[in-house]
Amino acid sequence: MKLLLAFVIVLVLSAVPYIGIKYAGMSYEFGVIVPYAAVAVFILGFVYRIVKWAKSPVPFRIPTTCGQEKSLPWIKQNKLDNPSGTSGVVGRMALEVLFFRSLFRNTKTELKDGPKLAYGSSGWLWLAAIAFHWSFLIILIRHFRLFSQPVPYLINLLENVDGFLQIGIPTLYITDILLLAAVLYLFIRRIAIPQVRYISLVSDYFPLLLIFGIGLTGVLMRYFYRVNVIGVKELVMGLIALKPAVPADIGSLFFIHLFLISTLFAYFPFSKLMHMGGVFLSPTRNLANNNRMVRHINPWNYPVHVHTYAEYEDEFRDKMKSVGLPVEKE
Amino acid sequence: MYNSGKIITGLIIFVGLVTLPFWYSIGKANIKPDPSLNTPVINQMKVKHCIESKQFMIDNHMELLNEWRNAVVRDNKTIYVSTTGQYFTMSLEDTCFHCHSNEKQFCNQCHSYVNIQPYCWECHVKPAEEIANGH
Amino acid sequence: MTDELKQDDLVKINYKPPKKDWMDTPVNFRHGTYIYPARAKNLKYLDLPNPREWSPTDEDWKLPENWKDIILNGMKERLDKYRSFKVFMDICVRCGACADKCHFFIGGGDPKNMPVLRAELIRSIYKGNFTAAGKILGRLNGARGLTKDVIKEWFYYFYQCTECRRCSVFCPYGIDTAEITMMGRELLTLLGCNVNWVLEPAANCYRTGNHLGIQPHALKDMFEMLLDDIEDRTGVKIEPTFNRKGAEILFVTPSADYFADPGIYTCMGYLMLFHELGLDYTWSTYASEGGNFGLFTSHEMIKRLNAKIYAEAKRLGVKWIIGGECGHMWRVIHQYMDTMNGPADFLEAPVSPITGTKFENAKSTKMVHITEFTADLIKNNKLKLDPSRNDKLRITFHDSCNPARAMGILEEPRYIIKNVCNNFFEMPENTAREQTFCCGGGAGLGTDEMMEIRMRGGMPRANAVQYVHDKHGVNRLTCMCAIDRATLTTLMEYWVPDVKVTGVHELVANALVMKGEKERIVDIRGEPLKEKKGEDDV
Repeated sequence: MKLLLAFVIVLVLSAVPYIGIKYAGMSYEFGVIVPYAAVAVFILGFVYRIVKWAKSPVPFRIPTTCGQEKSLPWIKQNKLDNPSGTSGVVGRMALEVLFFRSLFRNTKTELKDGPKLAYGSSGWLWLAAIAFHWSFLIILIRHFRLFSQPVPYLINLLENVDGFLQIGIPTLYITDILLLAAVLYLFIRRIAIPQVRYISLVSDYFPLLLIFGIGLTGVLMRYFYRVNVIGVKELVMGLIALKPAVPADIGSLFFIHLFLISTLFAYFPFSKLMHMGGVFLSPTRNLANNNRMVRHINPWNYPVHVHTYAEYEDEFRDKMKSVGLPVEKE
Repeated sequence: MYNSGKIITGLIIFVGLVTLPFWYSIGKANIKPDPSLNTPVINQMKVKHCIESKQFMIDNHMELLNEWRNAVVRDNKTIYVSTTGQYFTMSLEDTCFHCHSNEKQFCNQCHSYVNIQPYCWECHVKPAEEIANGH
Repeated sequence: MTDELKQDDLVKINYKPPKKDWMDTPVNFRHGTYIYPARAKNLKYLDLPNPREWSPTDEDWKLPENWKDIILNGMKERLDKYRSFKVFMDICVRCGACADKCHFFIGGGDPKNMPVLRAELIRSIYKGNFTAAGKILGRLNGARGLTKDVIKEWFYYFYQCTECRRCSVFCPYGIDTAEITMMGRELLTLLGCNVNWVLEPAANCYRTGNHLGIQPHALKDMFEMLLDDIEDRTGVKIEPTFNRKGAEILFVTPSADYFADPGIYTCMGYLMLFHELGLDYTWSTYASEGGNFGLFTSHEMIKRLNAKIYAEAKRLGVKWIIGGECGHMWRVIHQYMDTMNGPADFLEAPVSPITGTKFENAKSTKMVHITEFTADLIKNNKLKLDPSRNDKLRITFHDSCNPARAMGILEEPRYIIKNVCNNFFEMPENTAREQTFCCGGGAGLGTDEMMEIRMRGGMPRANAVQYVHDKHGVNRLTCMCAIDRATLTTLMEYWVPDVKVTGVHELVANALVMKGEKERIVDIRGEPLKEKKGEDDV
């Protein structure tokens, strides 16, 4: 049901620009207004969300330690999984953000007869996540060829590496395949694993299907149903020069692609996709475990009622004296 | 503990990266591609017509060339029959560049605009540029 | 208490979630799966709201009239105070990597014991009341309204989490369910929905200085018994001091260590060690508790109970503090104490008077973990040890959740163990160090009425012990946590009855060669050091 709904939403989102372009001639709306609005919502929304998080302080230093602490000099500290200083934290965060260190630890627990619990390593989720995120990033960067004139050398290099197999014309990009395969895996996994399916919401299926739609329209445009790529670049260059104009005959497939991307950008700040920013702010990962070395300040630390020693002694003085415990007041 | 300094720095970097295309385009002329047909051979043609229709060539020239390469190199076929029934030799240098003898003004116009890097010259020898004078 | 629980039934676990959506599945308070509510007198003693007599099985929980406002305002306050809470509410992608990392899910199969769903219990309310998307899209976005059933669900599941942080190790964003559970319990505290197993110790600790409510004169008596036992077994007479001003070091340990078997043997280890070193230290009857059940109630309660330690150190004029073997105690000491009740500028940076080692890693908090202290002694050859006295023991080590995942104190206890005994075997990699499994009874769950949940939740730990028992003949499970020593004992009796539980310093006590000791023929428990001939060493 949830799945179906997410699917229908993506279908409708694909149909909207198609109808708009084909039957209402709304190429300016879909080619200029929508992308501008989406980028604005994305940037403002993203900043808003981060600022909203940042307004709440981190009152306590609560890293999850995943290795040996820094203690006696002869005990080897695990500096990356239990950092005690800035460089270690930077390293830990880099591993986390770039290589999904924590997800890499993933295991699969199985209950066998006996009873015997077995913990198999389970790398598929990590692999799909890595393939998905890195492909997405590389594809995004590759698109810079449509956003720059002249195209920087680094983009050339990236394109050559990505297309090094030189299969087909135009050259097949490995990331195109990886992205679609990874999204498909993540999607199937969501349906096939009963527990994951049980926790999945429409807002979990939707981004996967949306991104699949974006990837699919992109691949269709590049390899199967050509659109006027010169026109696309003219449109994009007009947009970024703030002199928007929509060339004729780009092809409605492009507008579907563009509209789905715009949807993703506009949806991003209001969804779980904000994990992109949030991972940097996770207090269990971005803090050094130097708790007993450096005092952490809680900005809202307030005085509390405590049971003072004086009150304690007042209640128990006689009993204390009876067993010879020293007291403050006789 | 708010770490506002680090967060603001991070946000500036983020916004900078997202808006990079805008900054990158500042002060750069946006020259649109303009493939030229101004070559001696084309200028002499009464009816200026490629081997297939213009739209077909725009959309499919890369696949056509790829098919030609495979046909010539692998299957030893050298003759292409166009949709209008004309015969052409499948040859980049002898057929395509016979007319389009201006790579820089023709091929590269679009290719460099959208950053396409065909690997024709990894095997072929680049013919000399021939551009018609005048016009 | 475990008699009625059949292992065969317990291990028939159905991991398949029900057809019905979790939001439509109400909670069922079944005997053995929930803790009795906190008595009114304990709430009153701690000035907590809504003291009353009630039961979770009642239809009416006698919540305050404006309970909804209390919860929503309480959530808002905490979202503004804790970035962790706010970020964790927002960024979960429900990838499910945490699901089979929770011992309660592994041992029980209840889908709401998957960390992700435990968090959704509160996240759904957050979405429905604090986010635009949730307000507009409602259930499509995983949002729901706040009802009394939600409160019941929270009570049930936030007291089926031991705040062990294992899920947080595997979460790609480090989402820490302990943090979520702590928020959930704080919110429940605002309505007076606490459990007695947590609040009674907290109230006791507030009044008498320790969880067990031991008054100063009784505490002294208990130590007399321990000292008699030490003398009986070693021939060495020890005279520790209490509440002594001017001592160099204050020693604080969980009260369970001097109260009950098998903790007392660890406590005897401390006493013997400090005596042998001639350490200038004192115990305190006022700060007679290292543990802190405030951690299982609210941040404010942590601070209220923890304040004693620094206050007493200041009153007695000691230079620094050593803390005993305990899990959650060290989460509080390491991650909260200095921030809450510091700065401890009236103390000095700890230096071992025996070895001269500066404990650089404790220079601000000024409190050193006993295994750091002892490991340093052994490294510097300050102890005379005879590991063969532990030869009848085949030992494995259980990393307690908090020392492992909130400190990373992994090698110190291992170093000590390897120096005081000859037969040490590690449990499998996925069940040790940062991946260690909870005893099933932490965070205030270690009570008899929770027996089913405890035996289920402790099953992964017990299973790993079973593995080394079968493979290496392990018969002793060492740990450095007072709750562990109590809960693992029950757990082992149920799952792996041949294995007994012990503290690290109990092993030290056995191996420690003391000046003036008599020939040691019994261990610190009073059992023969050597197995009688003919008896198989299991």
